[in-house]
This record gives sequence, structure tokens and C-alpha cells, in this order.
Amino acid sequence: MDAIILQVLNGLDKGSAYALIALGLTLIFGTLGVVNFAHGALFMIGAFCAVTLNRILSLSHEVVDETRTDFLGNPLKVDVPYVYDWFGEAAGQTIIDWSVPLSLLFAIPVMILIGVAMERGLIKHFYKRPHADQILVTFGLAIVLQEIIKYYYGANPIPTPAPQAFTGSFDFGAMVGMEANQIIYPYWRLVYFAFAAIVIGAVFAFLQFTTFGMVVRAGMADRETVGLLGINIDRRFTIMFGIAAAVAGLAGVMYTPINSPNYHMGMDFLVLSFVVVVVGGMGSLPGAVLAGFLLGILESFASMKEVIDLIPGINQIIIYLVAIIILLTRPRGLMGRKGVMED
Amino acid sequence: MSKSNLTRRGLLKTSAIAGAGVALPTIFTSSANAFTNEPTGSTVTLGFNVPQTGPYADEGADELRAYELAVEHLNGGGDGGMMNTFSSKALKGNGILGKKVEYVTGDTQTKSDAARASAKSMIEKDGAIMITGGSSSGVAVAVQALCQEAGVIFMAGLTHSNDTTGKDKRANGFRHFFNSYMSGAALAPVLANAYGTDRKAYHLTADYNWGYTTEEAIRASTEAMGWETVAAVKTPLTQTDFSSYIAPVLQSGADTLVLNHYGGNMVNSLTNAVQFGLRDKQVNGKDFQIVVPLYSRLMARGAGENVKGIFGSTNWHWSLTDEGSKTFVKSFGEKYGFPPSQAAHTCYVQTLLYADAVERAGSFQPCAVVEALEGFEFDGLGNGPTLYRAEDHQCFKDVLVVKGKENPTSEFDLLEIVEVTPVDQVTYAPDHPQFAGGALGSCNNGA
Repeated sequence: MDAIILQVLNGLDKGSAYALIALGLTLIFGTLGVVNFAHGALFMIGAFCAVTLNRILSLSHEVVDETRTDFLGNPLKVDVPYVYDWFGEAAGQTIIDWSVPLSLLFAIPVMILIGVAMERGLIKHFYKRPHADQILVTFGLAIVLQEIIKYYYGANPIPTPAPQAFTGSFDFGAMVGMEANQIIYPYWRLVYFAFAAIVIGAVFAFLQFTTFGMVVRAGMADRETVGLLGINIDRRFTIMFGIAAAVAGLAGVMYTPINSPNYHMGMDFLVLSFVVVVVGGMGSLPGAVLAGFLLGILESFASMKEVIDLIPGINQIIIYLVAIIILLTRPRGLMGRKGVMED
Repeated sequence: MSKSNLTRRGLLKTSAIAGAGVALPTIFTSSANAFTNEPTGSTVTLGFNVPQTGPYADEGADELRAYELAVEHLNGGGDGGMMNTFSSKALKGNGILGKKVEYVTGDTQTKSDAARASAKSMIEKDGAIMITGGSSSGVAVAVQALCQEAGVIFMAGLTHSNDTTGKDKRANGFRHFFNSYMSGAALAPVLANAYGTDRKAYHLTADYNWGYTTEEAIRASTEAMGWETVAAVKTPLTQTDFSSYIAPVLQSGADTLVLNHYGGNMVNSLTNAVQFGLRDKQVNGKDFQIVVPLYSRLMARGAGENVKGIFGSTNWHWSLTDEGSKTFVKSFGEKYGFPPSQAAHTCYVQTLLYADAVERAGSFQPCAVVEALEGFEFDGLGNGPTLYRAEDHQCFKDVLVVKGKENPTSEFDLLEIVEVTPVDQVTYAPDHPQFAGGALGSCNNGA
């Protein structure tokens, strides 16, 4: 029982990341009809927004410490962040410590800007082209973006820790009256799950309860008719691309304390997120979210030693195996609509 | 009726000219084609095959820095670096055998097929006489086999799997870096001393060749001193989030987690383990501990604060105080502004060792170089007295046990040396079971 609860909890945070990326993918596919293979790169760029802000906040000047020496035996040059000078050491440390949550504010405008630039600058030229062309150009774009990040930030992972207040873990088992030390869960993963739930809820509320959202939903259902009504649906879809980029970016920002970001992290999530979209049903937002959590939890279960001992290698193929079974039994995915990608 | 003009003298003359003509190609070309890429001009070309793209690109960049420094020193530039402290005095700073050293580079991408292709290109198109570099055992084994076939020398870079000088060893290949067995042999006594002999260990192992040999080595050495292995789970090489593998560790009753991971795997699994608060837990009445068998400074940087207090092993560290290490750190540090990594060190040393062997052999011929390196004993290159063992072409030297530093002074000052394990403690028989199954074969001159 402990093991089951533990793997469900583990699946939740992994599923949160899948769900957030798949949500953005579905938004773009539903509105613009574009299969965006650069979406994982947007997740990665979001993570590097956190790295960038952390570096900006940690900008330092050198102070020579005569009492210590560096590796060449010269007096040690110690970096003192400017925020220490401006706000005092304690306040400066707190500001740097909270750089990941602060990065959310930094990432939103940056990601919307990148999203809109991507859509206007490149992707709009491929709307009427076959999906294969779209996949090729967006995949190429993803590689270009990750190489740019690698050029400036290097290939190694860059540690970007959570605020001190959220490091460490809590004993979930003891909290619910079970044996202590059996179900441990890190605070930040709980924060990530809560954050994902809020973002997903906000996107749904935006689409459901605002006029903008209503037009976008109408455009997703029948783009031509909405256009004939005199509504500039293209402009709204461009904004939706920006919002989808921001969702992926925010997911990336909050993911940095879980795994140190590197230039390749987007690709690691991209393929799985596409499977999530297909399993959830192409173009279905609730389907993407549901499939994200479902596959995240299943992946966690497949990593259990007992399961691997029973079926060796299952941890590497579980998601694809489930995708095959679901697509065989429900060809449109869990919540797919008729007519999507079937013409 | 026809009349022949053939005379006895004419026949002899013609036969002599024809004979000389037939023999000419072998007389003059046998030397030129005696071995692959024999340098005939005033220069000699070395091939540096390092990861310039992909996940180990930063490590590859450090290797390349070291190679450029070594070439500079071999050609008489800079301060000469470890050529001044090297026990062999064959190198004069005038290139190798008087030929100026030039180099070409290839990108392994940390993929065996890409590494073989770049090595092949450097041998066939650029005329490289020796190939060196790499940051992965898979790549080392693949390129070593290629060099054996092509008839050039391979001086391995960073490769830690037992198999490189075990079942996949080749006569034309040489490894200066230490291996999984040596890590286990060096770490076990330190772990026993720090954590006791009654421990239950849980292994997470990267699902590829290096992971298997490292797990085997660490298990063998820790079990020999009384530790019990409660579970060993293989993790996919592509895994980024290890939470689902780490969460069950406490439920298994283990009180020690051994992470047989390297690179991004190590950074992520260690970060996840610390996030799950494993190090704050008490199991079986003991503080929970984590061990990382193979440390690299570049990876310790990626894991940040999480490496503090965690034991591991390393081939070399810039804080060593012997003359060779101090000289190398000074040369490298003054040129590049930061201390060299262990990958940089082993690559620099391998280049010097190759050049020195050629000088001592008096020839670039691979079999002569092999003979000069086999059983070669040297000192002054940063690891104390070292032997290039003839039976498997593995260097035997002291091994460092290190620990994540509690109060680092810079981003390069992340590890502290806990113990320098003497070479005798990490030496094994050539036919040790962990290295069984392969044969060096004969050296190949190619051509």
C-alpha cells in the first residue's frame, strides 16, 4: 500500500510537467493546426529564464580576500553580489534564494514574446503546408534553439535550487497515520503539482469564461465561419501561441529545482508529451491533462523494482505500450474529437 | 626470314633494367608504407577525438584545452609544463623526433558510430598517426577497435569501464585513466572506516556497459568488507527524473544508496536523492548515506550543494601538491584562468606519454611505440610512480578518494581529497574475473 501511494505521488509531479507541456501543444494544434515540435524547446527556454534571472541577481564584483589564496596561490578574489551592497547581505541572500519563483514574473513576458516571434516569424508560413513540413521545420527550430542555449550556457546541468523554505521533504505517511519514513515527498514537488493545477485551471477558465476564450474555442471548432463573422481570428490565434509558449515556459521555470536544467531537457520531455497528446486525443485539452497525469503515474509504477523484476525493461516502454493499447481500443485517444487529423 | 638483333650483352642489360624496375617500388616504398600514416615531412599529425557537441561537450572542451597545451609544450612553447617534472627526459621541446606537432580534431558526440567516423576521417584524410580522447567507455572501446584495425595507436581519454582494458582491450590501445575495479578497491576501506562494516546498500545503476562494471566492482569490494546489497536497479540512460527509483529506497530497508551514474544521470539522481531528504533520515539506527563511485568536478558543479560530504573516487585532482600536479595546474591555470579537470589531466598526460614513447623508440611505428610503452615505469606526471602494465595496457598508480567539500571557495573548489589510496591496494591480476574474456592480440602497424 505504501509503495502504491508513493508511486501515485511521484507520478503526480511528473504528470504535472507532461500535462502542462501537452496542454500547450494541444492549444497550438487546436487553434493553428500546427504540430509544434519546438514546444519542448520552449519548456527548456523557460527553465533557462530561471537560470538567467538567477545569474542577473547574482551579478557580482570582485573583492580580494588577502587571508585566502586561489588555486595559483594568488590572493583569493571573492565575488560579492551587487544585491548585497544594495539591500544588505541578509536581504540580498533572500532575493537570490527566491530567484526561481521570481523568475515566473520574468518568464511570462519573455515567453509570450518568444512565442509570438516564433509564430509570426516562422510558423505562420507553414499553416497551409502538410504536417510533415511543419514537423520538420519546428524540429529544426528546436535544435537551433537548444544549440543557442548550449553556446551561451554550456552543456552541463546548472543547479538552480528552490528557496530554502521549500527544500527538503515531509513524511506523508506519518501525516496520514501510516508508518513513519515510508512515504517521503519533497516539498517542492508538492509546490510543482499545486502550481500545475493552478495554471491548468487558469487556462481552462480563460477559455471558458472570457469573450476572447469563447472566440478562440469557436475558431478551434470552425475557423472559417468565425472569420466570415468579421472576427480577426488569426490575431487571436497568435496570442494563443504566445500563451501556450508561456505555459510551457512557466512549467520549465518551476521544474528547475527538480532537475538541474540543461540544453537538452526539452527534447527529453517532447516525445513523451506528444504521446500524451495522442493518448489524450488530438485537440482535446481535458484529454491532454488527463493523459499527462495518467501516463506520469503509470511511468512511476513501471519503475518499481517489483515490476521491473516481473517484466524486465517495462520501465522503458510502458508509456508507448499504453499508447498502443489505448489507440487500438480508442483510435481517437481518450477524449479525442471526430474529424481531427482524420482528413 | 626474320633476323633477331638480340645479343647476350643486350639481354643482360635489359634484364638488369627490368629487374631493377620491378624491384624499385619495394626498395623505395617499403619504408614509406611500413606503417599507417608514417610522417614523411617536417610535421607529425595527432588526432584529438573529443565530444565537442552533446551532453559531455564541456568535458570535451577541457580535454581539447589540455591537448592544445600539450602540443604547445611538445613544440617548445610555454613553460614546458609537466615535461619538466616527467621522470623520462626523452622529450626535448622540439616536437616529436624533431618533427613539429600538428593536430586535427574530431567530434565524438559521445556516440560510438560518430566517434568511429571522426577517428576514421582523421586517420584516412588528415593522416593522423595517433588518436586520443573521449569521455565515454562506449566510445573508447569502439575507437580503440578501429585504431587496432587501422594500425594507429589509441591513447584513451576519460574511460572508466573495466572492459576498456579488460575484455575489449587491444594491443594498439592504452589507458592512463583508472577503472571501476580501482574505484571499488579504493573506496571500500574508506567507506568502512566512515560508515562501518554493517551497512545495507541499494544500487541504482545506469543501464549500459560502464554502469554494469562499476556496480560489479563496488558490490564486490563493499560486500567483501561486510556490506549487504539489498537491491540493484538498472535505470535507463535517458532517464532525467529519478524520483520513482529513489522513493522506494527507504522502503527497502537500505541505509546507503550507491549511485552508479555518471554525467547528467549522476547530477539528476543525486539531486533527486537529496530532495527526497534521504541524507536527513535514520535507517537501522544509522544516518542514511549516499556514495558516488566516480566523481568529476564538472559534474559536481552541476549537482551544486548536493555533493557536500558525499564520498567518491577520482583519477586526479588539481589540489594535489606533488611537483607534477603543481606544474600542470600552473601551466593550465595561467593559460585558461581556471584549474584543469581530471579529464584534461589524463589527456595531457597521454599525449606526453605517447610522444615520449616515440622518442624512446626512435620511431613512429606503432609496434615500436607499443613496445616502448609496455612495462614503462614513470613518475612526475601527477599520480606518483606509475606503471603501464604490459599485459593489459592499463596504468597502475595511486587512486584518490574524494568527498564533496563543505565550504567551497569557488565553483572549481568542490571536492577535497580524503585519501590517496596506494597503488598496491588497487592492483589486480591481469586475469582477474572482472577483466576476463579478452586478449590484447598483436600490435598492428597497418599500411
